Amino acid sequence: MTLLTILFDGVAYGMLLFVLACGLAVTLGLMNFVNLAHGAFAMAGGYICAILVNRSGLPFFAALPIAFVASAAIGALLERSLYRHLYTRSHLDQVLFTIGLVFMSVTAVDYFMGSSQTFIHLPDYLQGQINLFGLGVGRYRLMIIVICGLLTVALQMILSRTRFGSRLRAAVDDPRAASGLGINVPQVFALTFAFGCGLAGLGGALGAEILGLDPYFPLKFMIYFLIVVTVGGSSSITGPFLASLLLGIGDVAGKYYVPKLGAFVIYTMMIVILIWRPNGLFGRSAAR
Amino acid sequence: MLRNFISATVAAVGVLSVGAIAQAQETVKIGLIVPMTGGQASTGQQINNAIKLYMQKNGDTVAGKKIEVILKDDAALPDNTKRIAQELIVNEKVNIIAGFGVTPAALAAAPLATQAKVPEIVMAAGTSIITERSPYIVRTSFTLAQSSTIIGDWAAKNGIKKVATLTSDYAPGNDALAAFKEHFVAGGGEVVEEVKVPLANPDFAPFLQRMKDSKPDAVFVFVPAGQGGNFMKQYAERGLDKSGIKVIGPGDVMDDDLLNNMGDAALGAVTAHLYSAAHPSAMNKDFVASYKKAYNTRPGFMAVGGWDGIHLVYEALKKTGGKADGDSLIAAMKGMKWESPRGPISIDPETRDIVQNIYIRKVEKVDGELYNIEFATFEAVKDPGKTKK
Amino acid sequence: MTANSTTHPEVGQFAMARAQWRWPEVVFWLAAAGCILLFPNRYLILTEIAWLALFALSLDLILGYAGIVSLGHAAFFGFGGYAAGLLALHGIVTEPVIALVVAGLAAMVLGFVTSFLVMRGSDLTRLMVTLGIALLLRELANRFSNITGGSDGLQGIEMQPILGQFSFDIFGKVGFIYCLCVLFVLFLLARRIVHSPFGLSLRAIRNNPLRASAIGIPVNRRLIAIYTIAAFYAGVAGALSTQTTALASLDGFAFDRSADLMLVLIIGGTGYLYGGLIGAVIFKLLQELFSTLTPQYWQFWIGAVLVVIVLIGRDRMHRWAMFLPRLIASKFGRAKAPVMAPEGEAP
Repeated sequence: MTLLTILFDGVAYGMLLFVLACGLAVTLGLMNFVNLAHGAFAMAGGYICAILVNRSGLPFFAALPIAFVASAAIGALLERSLYRHLYTRSHLDQVLFTIGLVFMSVTAVDYFMGSSQTFIHLPDYLQGQINLFGLGVGRYRLMIIVICGLLTVALQMILSRTRFGSRLRAAVDDPRAASGLGINVPQVFALTFAFGCGLAGLGGALGAEILGLDPYFPLKFMIYFLIVVTVGGSSSITGPFLASLLLGIGDVAGKYYVPKLGAFVIYTMMIVILIWRPNGLFGRSAAR
Repeated sequence: MLRNFISATVAAVGVLSVGAIAQAQETVKIGLIVPMTGGQASTGQQINNAIKLYMQKNGDTVAGKKIEVILKDDAALPDNTKRIAQELIVNEKVNIIAGFGVTPAALAAAPLATQAKVPEIVMAAGTSIITERSPYIVRTSFTLAQSSTIIGDWAAKNGIKKVATLTSDYAPGNDALAAFKEHFVAGGGEVVEEVKVPLANPDFAPFLQRMKDSKPDAVFVFVPAGQGGNFMKQYAERGLDKSGIKVIGPGDVMDDDLLNNMGDAALGAVTAHLYSAAHPSAMNKDFVASYKKAYNTRPGFMAVGGWDGIHLVYEALKKTGGKADGDSLIAAMKGMKWESPRGPISIDPETRDIVQNIYIRKVEKVDGELYNIEFATFEAVKDPGKTKK
Repeated sequence: MTANSTTHPEVGQFAMARAQWRWPEVVFWLAAAGCILLFPNRYLILTEIAWLALFALSLDLILGYAGIVSLGHAAFFGFGGYAAGLLALHGIVTEPVIALVVAGLAAMVLGFVTSFLVMRGSDLTRLMVTLGIALLLRELANRFSNITGGSDGLQGIEMQPILGQFSFDIFGKVGFIYCLCVLFVLFLLARRIVHSPFGLSLRAIRNNPLRASAIGIPVNRRLIAIYTIAAFYAGVAGALSTQTTALASLDGFAFDRSADLMLVLIIGGTGYLYGGLIGAVIFKLLQELFSTLTPQYWQFWIGAVLVVIVLIGRDRMHRWAMFLPRLIASKFGRAKAPVMAPEGEAP
């Protein structure tokens, strides 16, 4: 029974990590852009959701899509105005630039929202546990699994089945040839980038309950996002997805069974995996 | 360049003979070193807010001296703290250094306080040993052992037999745990499960599951300020509240600046602490009201630490008649007693540590807001970390 | 300069010419020494700049010259810091200079051992493996709090006088001169290393590892060597920080420290040794300026500066910064242009 509970918690945690990090996997893996400010979009989503729910009294489920759309809009705006100029620049420039953005976002949020933790008021039906076949299951975590599961399937479908998906893959594989074929590459990139930011925003809103939400969110979780992307290999969606699940379950199980080594688990797993498979578990080739 | 050189020489002489020069000064400078950025930022901001509020209310002149507070951010990094303190003492010639969000920061500045004979007023950091590190350190916050031992005694006497502990894996967490365990076990209780969680811990789920599986009467919790809310939410999510497992601990977890946002999950948690925003005194009501008006949030215990710290400086200056050298100030501060928003407190003349009432409180809903309601008082508690010796 | 178009003496001359001291370098070091007299009440921040510069120099050795990216360089910094702290605390080696070398060597051993882990994989992999190592060390230091003091850090370190002669003073003058001397000596060493055949071979590896191994350079061995040397430098930087502040804390290992270091080096520019030094000066001064102006929101302005730097472009900024020196140089004839410009980008 305990094993199942641990598994369940691990899956929920992993799913959350995936939604938060998959935007980064796309920008890093597909567009070859190091966006360390990814967490800032997650934070934006979280705070937008918190403001809508706590101050305007909007229902939680209405606020989630708004958090997604708003973060995506912020992402699109920044992509058009700033990021666009940096696609061709060196990775070091990109690091400098995006860290700068992180610092600015952290301080801006501190200024407007204060530095203490923010919580989103959840509706009663999302709190507590329900009993599924004798197994105590957290309602909120169950909801995370359902939402994130659906999202993953949808993402996979978009990438592999839709016209947009094939355009994106074409644009990534060979931007010049793709634009020669009449694909508007900058537009495809902008849409993808915005979509990734939207997902992060959604993840931030969903994760506030479990990971906490304060102005330092982007810095605190940057490491986790990078771990997911590197371990998963950044050339596809499935890689980071499986990596998130693996890390989520590993982390939760490690902390449950050997709490003394709690902090070591995730880092050790990462190092071991990366030494074993330097390009990530499911990487096709080098990440750059 | 020559002038620079001369002023440096003057500065050198100034620091070496602080007493002589300070008397001639018309301003008393306080170097306030707190974390204003980073994970501990809310500590520094509360302290800074409280000090500004105090100075608004009481004016910035005392005993003929103008008080000047120089705010510096150390981001809770001890090497920063030390450099800033050193620069403030050497260049700004501050009369007092104050603040110190975390124990390592307070310890880092201790040798400087001794060397330069500058009083160091600790307004937040809570490890027992701090005041022993320099004869110039005075504390207006609390020590972890104060509240942890009291809650241990209380739990043992109030029908709690088995306790599981969940503490953050760093020095203050270990101190709180040790203090609690000693008193709880001595009172006949039993610790059935002991879990230390990593400091940077995104998810409490696995640890809480362990708590639940060990079926204790109560969970003793100490996590750094800020993580308390997450803990409580996940505690309720896992249904620990429904299975009758109580939350007890030092009051850091139920810090007033977060409490109201935690939701009903926090209801019924019993903690021992020095301050509650619901403390029923006229002074506190006034303090809370004006703090809320100025900053739009409730003051937490960190704010009270800052408030009392600056009050101590004002009173000490009054007593010395404006003499601002380290030895006179420290002498004036020793044994000082006053009424704080948290209740009656005093500075122990021997250890220079704070002596205060510790209240046992339970989270209840008052007018739709969550408050720690005090229901039992342990009066004039000294730091158990020192009385033991 | 491929082998068939250039004869050997010419390669040698070219390398020698590059290795010669130029007047801007002399000016730089004279200015650094001048700080001792110019800013007598800013020794403490100058000291921090000095060890940060050494730390950045260390990262430049692997990033700028060998192309190894690292987000966990703080591992060696923290390790060196704790080593120096423990040596002084337990009275094992009390003379600071010797303790400094010992601490550096300790970090060097760690660097050698971990170097095998960073040889494989892409940049991103290296980034994360180095980061992971630093974070693991931090957790270890926290776990073994009976040795390291845990999150309280090592307290109560008392430093003995340097060489038995100069004791650390409260103004930090001795500390600063000490750091500056160490920085200068290690800089000379680094300069010698990067202009040696060994250093040239590193650049060949950075530019094209495949071709480098094809012309007979033992790629992995060279990379391990430079990584180990860089670990020594970082360890010494950490030890300097511990010795001048009499503190060693878990923050030595922190991610922020590695990340800030990366920023410092990128601001200054990689691959010409002075990048880390100049970056350290700029970064610390900006930090000091903004945090004095607004203690709570200084990070915003740092972030804004970083963003602006990238948007304007670092090359352009270097050109602007070099405008005056260039002008002077052209007035006084001798050299065409100073070589203080970054030499290409590491990946």
